[in-house]
Amino acid sequence: MDDTQKLENEIAAAIGAASDEAALEAVRVDALGKKGRVSLLMRGLGKMSPEERQIAGPALNALKTRLNELIATRKDVLAEAALNARLETERLDMSLPARARTQGRIHPVSQVMDEVAVIFGDMGFAVAEGPDIEDDFHNFTALNFPPGHPARDQHDTFFLNEKEDGEQMVLRTHTSPVQIRTMVAAVERAKKTGGDLEPIRIIAPGRTYRCDSDQTHTPMFHQVEGLVIDKETHMGHLKGCLADFAATFFETEVKTRFRPHHFPFTEPSAEMDIGYERKDGQILIGQGDQWMEILGSGMVHPNVLTSVGIDPDVYQGFAFGMGIDRLAMLKYGIPDLRDFFAADARWLKHYGFSPLLQPNLATGLSS
Amino acid sequence: MKFSLSWLKQHLDTDASLTEIVDAMTMAGLEVEGVENPAEKLAAFSVAKCLEAEKHPNADRLRVCKVDTKDGIKQIVCGAPNARAGIWVIYAPVGAYVPGIDVTLKKAKIRDVESLGMMCSAREMEAGDDHDGIIELVGDDWEIGGDAAAALGLNDPVIDFEVTPNRPDWLGVRGIARDLAAAGLGTLKDDTFGTIKGSFDCPVEIEIDAPEACPAFAGRVVRGVKNGPSPEWLQQQLIAIGLRPISALVDITNFLSIDRARPLHVYDMAKLSGSICARWGNGENFEALDGKDYDTTSDMCVIADDERVLGFGGVMGGTYSGCSENTIDVFIECAYFDPKITRATGRATGIESDAKYRFERGVDPAYVEAGLDAATQMVLDFCGGEASHATMTGTPPVFSRTIEFPLSEVKRLTGLDLGQDEIANILTGLGFSGDMPNNGNNDVWQVNVPSWRGDAVGKADLVEEIARIYGFDKLPQVSLRRAPGAVKPLATPLQNRARRGRRALAGAGYLDAVTWSFCAREDAALFNGGGDELVLANPISSELDCMRPSALVHLVRAAQRNADRGVADLALMEIGPVYLSDGPNDQRLTLAGIVRSNPRRHWSGTCERDVFDIKADVQMALEAMGAPVANLQVSAETSSYWHPGRSGALRLGPKNLLAEFGEIHPGILAKLGVDGPLLGFEVWPEAIPASRAKGGRSKGAMDKSDLLPLARDFAFVVDAALPAETLVRAAKGADKALIADVNLFDVYAGKGVEDGKKSLAIEVIIQPREATLTDAQIETLSKTIITKVEKATGGVLRG
Repeated sequence: MDDTQKLENEIAAAIGAASDEAALEAVRVDALGKKGRVSLLMRGLGKMSPEERQIAGPALNALKTRLNELIATRKDVLAEAALNARLETERLDMSLPARARTQGRIHPVSQVMDEVAVIFGDMGFAVAEGPDIEDDFHNFTALNFPPGHPARDQHDTFFLNEKEDGEQMVLRTHTSPVQIRTMVAAVERAKKTGGDLEPIRIIAPGRTYRCDSDQTHTPMFHQVEGLVIDKETHMGHLKGCLADFAATFFETEVKTRFRPHHFPFTEPSAEMDIGYERKDGQILIGQGDQWMEILGSGMVHPNVLTSVGIDPDVYQGFAFGMGIDRLAMLKYGIPDLRDFFAADARWLKHYGFSPLLQPNLATGLSS
Repeated sequence: MKFSLSWLKQHLDTDASLTEIVDAMTMAGLEVEGVENPAEKLAAFSVAKCLEAEKHPNADRLRVCKVDTKDGIKQIVCGAPNARAGIWVIYAPVGAYVPGIDVTLKKAKIRDVESLGMMCSAREMEAGDDHDGIIELVGDDWEIGGDAAAALGLNDPVIDFEVTPNRPDWLGVRGIARDLAAAGLGTLKDDTFGTIKGSFDCPVEIEIDAPEACPAFAGRVVRGVKNGPSPEWLQQQLIAIGLRPISALVDITNFLSIDRARPLHVYDMAKLSGSICARWGNGENFEALDGKDYDTTSDMCVIADDERVLGFGGVMGGTYSGCSENTIDVFIECAYFDPKITRATGRATGIESDAKYRFERGVDPAYVEAGLDAATQMVLDFCGGEASHATMTGTPPVFSRTIEFPLSEVKRLTGLDLGQDEIANILTGLGFSGDMPNNGNNDVWQVNVPSWRGDAVGKADLVEEIARIYGFDKLPQVSLRRAPGAVKPLATPLQNRARRGRRALAGAGYLDAVTWSFCAREDAALFNGGGDELVLANPISSELDCMRPSALVHLVRAAQRNADRGVADLALMEIGPVYLSDGPNDQRLTLAGIVRSNPRRHWSGTCERDVFDIKADVQMALEAMGAPVANLQVSAETSSYWHPGRSGALRLGPKNLLAEFGEIHPGILAKLGVDGPLLGFEVWPEAIPASRAKGGRSKGAMDKSDLLPLARDFAFVVDAALPAETLVRAAKGADKALIADVNLFDVYAGKGVEDGKKSLAIEVIIQPREATLTDAQIETLSKTIITKVEKATGGVLRG
């Protein structure tokens, strides 16, 4: 073994033995620094003969390169070890509780209203609205409940204090006044443009009020109204539209049954029942041999069309109304209507919905 | 409306089962609400014969009987005085539930003698009131083990259904039978009542002084009646539907009210004086048949004689002139009373009666004289006597209506293809008449409406009759598709704002609540509402008697309710209406929220939310709803229900208020009994300006620079009262091109800052646009910022 080899072995051993970056730096300086042992040998090249230099020069350069590599490698090892040692001291207890960042919840009524709007939106229904405080004309008279009509008694109407001129406003007992407002607006638009009445397809969800309170009735509740007016929609469309709605809403095949009924503002009038059965105390919507009434509907009464200035011999269509709260109770198994309006955080958390569950048909209505 | 199956079968010839009848009613629009079959309750009871009855060895009043039953011969101890050998009885075995005494029978020893079962009284079986002894079946034609319900005539199911207000004819069993016959369930039997000829002039003179209320009044006298109990079948029939038999004369009027939807009234002639008059009330007081005293008023129709008011016309008769077992001569009233006036009298008096229920819905105007004859026939049959001629004052409203009916209406409104014969069959089955089907000669029919169908007014009503009887289930079912082509937005911008605001806040931790639209008027006043025009005339309670001016009313109270239940850290919101006044445009949509920050202790330190968290929530919600948040001005002028020093308003221009937020006024919390502090906000989505999107949906080019932004800090000493926003705005405005953002990061008052002043420190982010800025350019910009801020705030750069 010549001297160079011996030197290399010594330095390599020192590199390997360096236990931290400072020690390694000292080894480097000792070997490759200005006065380092390898540097001194390099300096000696000048005194050599050209022949000697031709051999020793490349050998020393190669040695320098190898040592630099060894140092770099050792440096990485030491750095990693140092990092590991530091991280070892930085351990946190990941089982400690996080800083809570809770999401809120969407009320079942809001959620079901969105679901209903999506389903009817798919059939081309726009969403219309009207005021909660209504006059007698929009809530009753225009809907073919003449003053003194016994059907008015069934509505348990809330009245506001009588005004000086004798008029008494009511809290709307159903969302049906929005039918009137929608048709009146459509007639006015047609008059302005001089064109035909544009076909109407709207739903009108909203708050409704009746002077009634028990386990299944609250003085305020929610309904959604529907109205279709054009020149060809008949009762078969009513059946198809509402049966399709029931299946889409309950996200399963649903048996439906249409029964004659009486509403002053439709003729013929029908109630729709859906099939259900009770299993283990649960209500299963869809099949089964029990029937449950879910909505009222019918072909818009000619008197209603006439009252808003639409010719019942040219235009026709259907209307329907159903309870949003009840739909929510049935679909999501919510037992008591009165809890809906109590703003009880425990109830809202339990029965509410994630705000990211924005109903749409592409992902599944409620998924 | 209740009726029994056997009653229906007096009018309808049918082999249909109970289930078929109930289903047919439902599908024809007679919504069945319940079927009660008394036989089901009595299924365990059977016919038996008492063979022996010996005196009980240890009790004088008891007998030990040997009874031949379906279970063999049983020993039964019985206390009834009529228990004796040879009678046919009703037997309840051990294990049977006896409804009248609410006992399930067990094997028993009565005074040391074994007793296996029971012989029942009528009351014990809930088959009548009789409890004097056990039931004795009449005659000897019985079978051991025979069905008790059948033996007692209690196997008559009772159907209860909802009569819709348009169909007063369904308030009579015959009307129900007619619809069922038309629906193919059997044949309507012929009417058994005919006309009655009297033998003398009616001695009672009838006058009408209130023709609007009582346009027609028919009556007659039957002389020499004997008013005992009515026949057994009639009593049974009335009991079955829950009516108490009283006497033949009264039972007859009740029967015809149910059978023909024709209320009548009977008067004891001995109590009448002078003529009978239908007139307006005059403030008189009388006792009605319900035993209560009523005052009459000038808008109520009364029946009176020369002496006194006898009753309310069409609503309820009076006690004084009622018939009793001593009645010898009876005056029968069959009048037509106006629906609206009857209804008003019913409302004013609170009287609910079968007569009122029928008159207010409208009785058949063509069945006045015929109704009188039917009643007379029954009186003569059950009570004997001699009838006078009928007399009638006034005339009932003439009902004559013909509907022009283009047959094409059926298809137009229902989509149903029906032949002329089918249509004609349905209409004639329901009592409509006219030249139909007229061999297809004419497809526009003239259809005459029967007098009892005042609800049928136009062609749509005829279509309903046809579709209803033909069956809604047989109508086509056609899906409704949206119109082809592009879909226009189906929700309004406001609806979209509400939905986004709701979901944004829920994402930030708020619970979406729905609370009452009404509240207590005192609460409304605290939130600047409670105006007279918003007060309910008939509230459900004084807690809910006024339309709310703010959704905060209930949310604030809910905060306390939740705290009382242990939910102390709470964020609630509601999107819903509030009411400024009672006009159609006085309703506003509000997005309101409350936060009670009471976080649980956390190992890393607890962070309570304050008014600036609420401000952030409001800005986030506004941004989600499309408001230009960066342009909103904050001011300290807020509504009176906010803490005057710890609340703010967000406006766009001086008038357009978008939101208020802050702490709820502690005084209001105290009045509502709510522990403070409580944070809250109210946002007005309608105040957000519509987005003025030009050039379609393109988002335009993005503003980005490759040059590194730089930051410079400045601090200014300003008046303590200066809103920080003034300073921030001034700094931002110093160079709108270069200054990308201004962040206020320090507020300081105290040592080193003069009293009445504060120091505000900002970090200005400068974004070079075309080239890196030189030191000189930065220096110039800094000077501009300082000048502008000092000028806008009156402050000075802090040295």
